[in-house]
Amino acid sequence: MKPYDVVIIGAGVVGSAIGRELSRYKLNIAILEKEEECGFGVSKSNSGIIHPGTQHPAASLKGKLCVRGNILMRKISRELGVDFKEVGELIIAFSREEIVRLMELKKEAELLGVPRLKIVDKKWLKKNEPNLSDEAIAALYAPTAGIISPYRLAYDLCENAIKNGVEIHTDKKVRGIIKSGDCFEIQTQNGEFKSRYLINAAGLCADDISRMVGVSDFKISPRKGEEFILDKKKEHIVNHLLFPLPSKVSKGVLVIKTADGNPMIGPTAEDASDKEDLATSDEGLKKALAGARKMIPSISENDIIAYFAGLRPVGFTAPHPLAGEDFIIRHEHKATGFVNVAGIQSPGLTAAPAIAVLVSDILRNNGLTMKKKFHFCGHHREITHLFAIPFSRTKKLVKKDLAYGDIVCRCEMVSAKEVQDAIRCGAKTLDGIKFRTRAQAGRCHGSFCTTRIMKILAEERKIPLTQITKRGRGSELVKEDRLDA
Amino acid sequence: MLKRDLVIVGAGPAGMAAAISAYENGVEDILLLERDQYLGGILNQCVHTGFGLNYFKEILTGPEYAHRFIEKLKGIEAIEVSLKSFVVCLRADKTLTYFKPGALETAQAKALIMATGCREKTREMVHIAGGRPAGIFSAGLAQKLINIEGLLPGREIVIVGSGDIGLIMARRFILEGAKVKAVVEIQQQTRGLMRNVVQCLEDFDIPLYMRHKISKIHGRDRVEKVDIVKVDEELNEIAGSEFQLACDTVLISVGLIPENELIEMAGVKLDKKTNSPVSDEVNKTSIPGLFVCGNAFKVYDLVDSVSRDSADAGRLASEYLRGLK
Repeated sequence: MKPYDVVIIGAGVVGSAIGRELSRYKLNIAILEKEEECGFGVSKSNSGIIHPGTQHPAASLKGKLCVRGNILMRKISRELGVDFKEVGELIIAFSREEIVRLMELKKEAELLGVPRLKIVDKKWLKKNEPNLSDEAIAALYAPTAGIISPYRLAYDLCENAIKNGVEIHTDKKVRGIIKSGDCFEIQTQNGEFKSRYLINAAGLCADDISRMVGVSDFKISPRKGEEFILDKKKEHIVNHLLFPLPSKVSKGVLVIKTADGNPMIGPTAEDASDKEDLATSDEGLKKALAGARKMIPSISENDIIAYFAGLRPVGFTAPHPLAGEDFIIRHEHKATGFVNVAGIQSPGLTAAPAIAVLVSDILRNNGLTMKKKFHFCGHHREITHLFAIPFSRTKKLVKKDLAYGDIVCRCEMVSAKEVQDAIRCGAKTLDGIKFRTRAQAGRCHGSFCTTRIMKILAEERKIPLTQITKRGRGSELVKEDRLDA
Repeated sequence: MLKRDLVIVGAGPAGMAAAISAYENGVEDILLLERDQYLGGILNQCVHTGFGLNYFKEILTGPEYAHRFIEKLKGIEAIEVSLKSFVVCLRADKTLTYFKPGALETAQAKALIMATGCREKTREMVHIAGGRPAGIFSAGLAQKLINIEGLLPGREIVIVGSGDIGLIMARRFILEGAKVKAVVEIQQQTRGLMRNVVQCLEDFDIPLYMRHKISKIHGRDRVEKVDIVKVDEELNEIAGSEFQLACDTVLISVGLIPENELIEMAGVKLDKKTNSPVSDEVNKTSIPGLFVCGNAFKVYDLVDSVSRDSADAGRLASEYLRGLK
């Protein structure tokens, strides 16, 4: 077996951004993903905020890559055809002391190069954010903050990487790594891979992977964030992303605009011990509501239509286990050819394109020959979503292809064609279809469309209905097919 | 753009009764839009008996009850039935945009009857903490999986809420050989009909926990167990009363909400709490000539009452159309 030039462990937004960046060069690249689909780990719980870089120390890697990523994201989203909206963010102050902190944040961010920052007063806030609490007296306004669909970004990065020759292997949990000669031998739950260079973008498991090559000077701890999605009817309750002043462990509970229209409140921040525990709690709900209401008092519990939890991979480095929590991105001289990309919590989504460029530089500086391809195609074939286009265009599509007129998900107006497209692009599970198309993400939560989507999946993938899962093996929807018997 | 005298959206029991009655009251141009590929709506998955006792003085299954109306519809030429037709936009002037196979159509109706039914409240609306594994179904979805698709969703079931569909499904699961471990109801009284409590739970010895709630759902890939806790009169959890039940499936049956997003789009005033149109009279809305009937108007206990009241909507529409001339 001929070794790959580069293997990337983890097909989240970071791994896939690195894969796509490296696919500009004449390299054999594979991405290994332990889940059944890409983006099913840390990435799937992302808030979709493209941060401006207002909340990081000037010397931090997070800060630098965030500011650079914010710029790069505009180009990437245009190339891939993912909707990016520059909505701006407001960090709100409720007291005179907090205004002093705003000034400090502004100064720090300006050192990082965040453009067009300004402190706005109560009058400005009343005019531009009318539902904001009367207690708010000023804010730091960062107009370059934006929103994007984290799912569509992650999937489009993957699909574009594949288009440019990258292989993505799902269901490949890494069990062990052996360095033999100048190659890494990577053993997975099903199959072995060989590579000259190995990139660890394994999210919550990055410390476990790193340990397999003998580098164990950092630890990844999960920090849980619960988020609560509001009804689309509340789309215009805020005009900007709203932040309180950040604490030591998180940016606080935010009111978030999203690419799909439904505002979100959250995330909470609780240090956790289990890397797989995605349960939400009553306390989380209380905290998110209290935090959001402090800024927008009119938000009510009845506005919530869905909720979920995610885990941030927080990197702690020895010898100061509690200091920093910065990204850990470096070539490991202890294991030549091994690059760690670990501890990528917020602002990881924003920073992903900049991380990819940095990793590319690290590989070049460590001996990888990188020759540009003549035929790199950065543009992605845009998939049509009916909810995003005017009726005049839908009318033409329906005439051309019957499947566009066959509405599967009535709450979000998703057609059979979009579900089929998602499957042909790699969706294998009900969650994969939800993240790509929004089918099942509306107010009925799939009560009406689940059976139909199961049937399309079974038909396209040529598998029995009993093998259709929510998010991979073990999450089969039904136990038995009575018609089979 | 098509112009029609009367457009009816939804061909479940409400829409069919309204269409037949409108015809009988003299309306000669009726378009009946149904998003599914067959008539009858949700009755098709209700294979149990108990329908028609008031309306037909007979005991029928859901499909049999629907069949009576479908047969009657077939004989009426004035009613054009359009299947696989899904309305996506409604304006105050009663202009509808809808998908039908091969086309996105626009039609303007002189009078409009919305018979769009209702949907089930979700786990998310009652805020049950815990994970989001496979195995959490609305009772109606489980009913569709078993009765229409021939699929068994689970083997050990806990049901949240004592709504009628939940009770019916408790019995259905038992008949399919599954175990129903409990029905958990937060209120002091069951939500469903007494006859369903007796025939579906008591007759099968299924434990019913009143004034209890599920406080957490466990499981990563598939439901593994639930935490159940007793609550007091203010619905606060009573410490020390917690217990767990192992199960692979949680059914949610905590009530129904009228599906009125289309008329809301058109500007009809809705009651924030019930999602029903604000109205002093059955079937009427704040827009003249726009009527709502069946479960979209208010959630009914019996389909017999839906048929009765929806026939009235057909009559109201015919009177409205006569008034225009």
